[in-house]
Amino acid sequence: MSDFTSNFWPVFITVITLGGIFGCALLLWLTSKVKVASANGDNTSGHVWDGNLREMNNPLPRWWVWLFIITIVFGLIYLAAYPGLGRFEGKLGWSEVNQYDNEVAAANKALEPLYAKFAAMPVNELAANAEAKAIGERLFMNNCAQCHGSDARGSRGFPNLTDNDWIHGGTPEIIQTTITGGRVGMMPPMAAAVGNADDVKNVANYVLSLSDSTHDAARAALGKEKFAACAACHGADGKGNIAIGAPNLSDKIWLHGAGEAAIIKRINEGKTNQMPAQATKFTPEQIHVLAAYVWGLSNLAPSSLAPSSTAAK
Amino acid sequence: MNSPQTITKAEENLSTDLPEAVVVSLYAAQEKIYPRSISGFFTKWRWVMIWLTQLFFYGMPWLAWGQRQALLFDLEAKRFYIFNLVFYPQDLIYLTAILIISALSLFLFTAVAGRLWCGYTCPQTVYTEIFLWIESKIEGDRAARIKLDESAMSAKKLLKKGSKHFVWITFALWTGFTFVGYFTPIRELLAEFIHHDVGPWETFWVLFYGFATYGNAGFMREQVCKYMCPYARFQSAMFDDDTLIVTYDEARGEPRGGRSRKVESDSHGLGSCIDCSLCVQVCPTGIDIRKGLQYECIGCGACADVCDTVMDKMGYARGLVKYSTQHAVTNNWTHKQMLQRIVRPRVLIYATILTLLVTGLLVSLWLRTPFRVDVVRDRGVMARLVDGGLLENVYRLQIMNATETVQHYRISASGIEGLIVESDGEEVNRTITVEPAEARWISVRLEIPDGSIEPGSHKVEFQIQSLESKEIVAEKSIFLVPR
Repeated sequence: MSDFTSNFWPVFITVITLGGIFGCALLLWLTSKVKVASANGDNTSGHVWDGNLREMNNPLPRWWVWLFIITIVFGLIYLAAYPGLGRFEGKLGWSEVNQYDNEVAAANKALEPLYAKFAAMPVNELAANAEAKAIGERLFMNNCAQCHGSDARGSRGFPNLTDNDWIHGGTPEIIQTTITGGRVGMMPPMAAAVGNADDVKNVANYVLSLSDSTHDAARAALGKEKFAACAACHGADGKGNIAIGAPNLSDKIWLHGAGEAAIIKRINEGKTNQMPAQATKFTPEQIHVLAAYVWGLSNLAPSSLAPSSTAAK
Repeated sequence: MNSPQTITKAEENLSTDLPEAVVVSLYAAQEKIYPRSISGFFTKWRWVMIWLTQLFFYGMPWLAWGQRQALLFDLEAKRFYIFNLVFYPQDLIYLTAILIISALSLFLFTAVAGRLWCGYTCPQTVYTEIFLWIESKIEGDRAARIKLDESAMSAKKLLKKGSKHFVWITFALWTGFTFVGYFTPIRELLAEFIHHDVGPWETFWVLFYGFATYGNAGFMREQVCKYMCPYARFQSAMFDDDTLIVTYDEARGEPRGGRSRKVESDSHGLGSCIDCSLCVQVCPTGIDIRKGLQYECIGCGACADVCDTVMDKMGYARGLVKYSTQHAVTNNWTHKQMLQRIVRPRVLIYATILTLLVTGLLVSLWLRTPFRVDVVRDRGVMARLVDGGLLENVYRLQIMNATETVQHYRISASGIEGLIVESDGEEVNRTITVEPAEARWISVRLEIPDGSIEPGSHKVEFQIQSLESKEIVAEKSIFLVPR
């Protein structure tokens, strides 16, 4: 399996490589035949430059010739055994991709009993297991931290995984489903359903009042009625609905920004937010370990977590 | 210099005044050198250096420091243990300093007295000397060895050669074993050897280093210095006319020639050199020092030692071959005048830089905190608003404990007024625990009230204090406030 785009390059490489080796061999053979006559017997070649600059001939030690021969023989054996000559794959059938696959397979095989043990453990037990936690942490750092942050506390648009506020639910099974299949959160623009711009502002203040955030009480009172349009998903009390991924509006957690302006923007524009599916990146056992790690972030008291003293490898 | 493979083209040319025409091959078989055993002042010093360096080399891995080896370079765990210090890959700067100091020492010693390193302490010289000693104990001295090599194969020759190689190989393997013992605990390695349970890489390196010792000290010898060693060649660039080198006093020695011991030296018109050729016989690189300074000369002083014994026997003054300088020879300086020239700008500059570097290294080792911290801003989160109207930045801190006891650290930060430090890695009393010689990553959050400073990048500094040693490491980072 080579990446050559035309037939010219493999031939070119083969010719250059073999030509170089045989050229060196030829040079070695020719120089062993050459004898330099030293006219005045003072170990100079007889060439004179600039009037007095003479070329010395100090013969090369013969053991160097053997080093050259060994190198040539080694080079030819190597080229016969490994891919080096254009499209020729070598007698040993080695390739970088094969080696990588073999190493991955060997590592997976070595980890198999460990993951089998983890797979048999329930999530709450696994979350407290130091070994599983260390693996989970590494999986998280390499695959999840890009969006959720290395402390898993998220950022604007990326949910915090360490609090107990779950948009889609925080049971181990649901976390596992979320990691495997990803999530799409979709809120349509609601402005038309709510009414005019003033109504939108009133609803926004009502939403703020649900969590007792800074709000205009008069507007909130007016907005309460119009909130009916939102209640279909967020519930009459605004506590959300994990079945359809409608966030709780009565806490002070604002995934897409806090404050009146941010809420008005959401009502007017709606929002589509997506977490990609991770099923192809991990084995089911890895997802199990990862889910346990994520579950543990909000369900285990920090003090009960064993210190994750993982050596810097 | 190698005597080239010569083919005298026409014998009759010799009888004419025409220079001899010589045809030289581009390759030459190496002539084996049989250095003659020698004793004397410089030889004694060489053996002192051999004992010192080799006692260190073979003995050091066995020295224990607490529960572990005093000197251990654990490549797999990436930890270097040197007595009470633990070095991380991040401490590479110390290795750089040591290498620069070594190079400068080489410059200094070479400027003062030529190839001192080559002649007295270089492993190539030291192991060649040891192997030669073994060889001479088993096969005899120079003449006996030449005779043995020329003789036809016999049971006696086979026994001598066989036992020499046996001792050489045993010694070489022990050397390889010791070498590997610097990288893997030597006591465990010994146990593994006894139980025939040595790992494949350890086996490989023991054999490889053993083979290198056997090959280089037993066979390659001066070839290494002449054709392989880069330092050998560039050291001559550090010579000047005041560098002490092994010199033949040509004015005193010439014209050379054999004479009866009874005749006074001035009556036969000959110089002090009796042309006994002993200086050539003892030379480990096979040169004739009387031809002057040559690139092959490793400055071991063997020729000076042997010549002194000859001068003693002849009743002449010592020092026909001696350490001297170009200036001393041409200007006929006294010993004192020559030694005064040791203190010259080149030497002073080397010595000053060397002193500064050594002092710098020692001071920096002395002030070295027993832990290190790396601060990495979180790559995913730039800044975020959290409960209570706080603006938060996330950092990952790697704390590397370079001691061999459990350490506790406390993290604080400064640079912005009202900066709050929060961390998930904290335990009882807001401390971070790191196991001995381990490193730990922890997430740290810095918080300020939103809107308390203008948007942009602000400099902050983390202070990490070890509760055990009270030492503080400060690391800079930035705090981002979005618009």
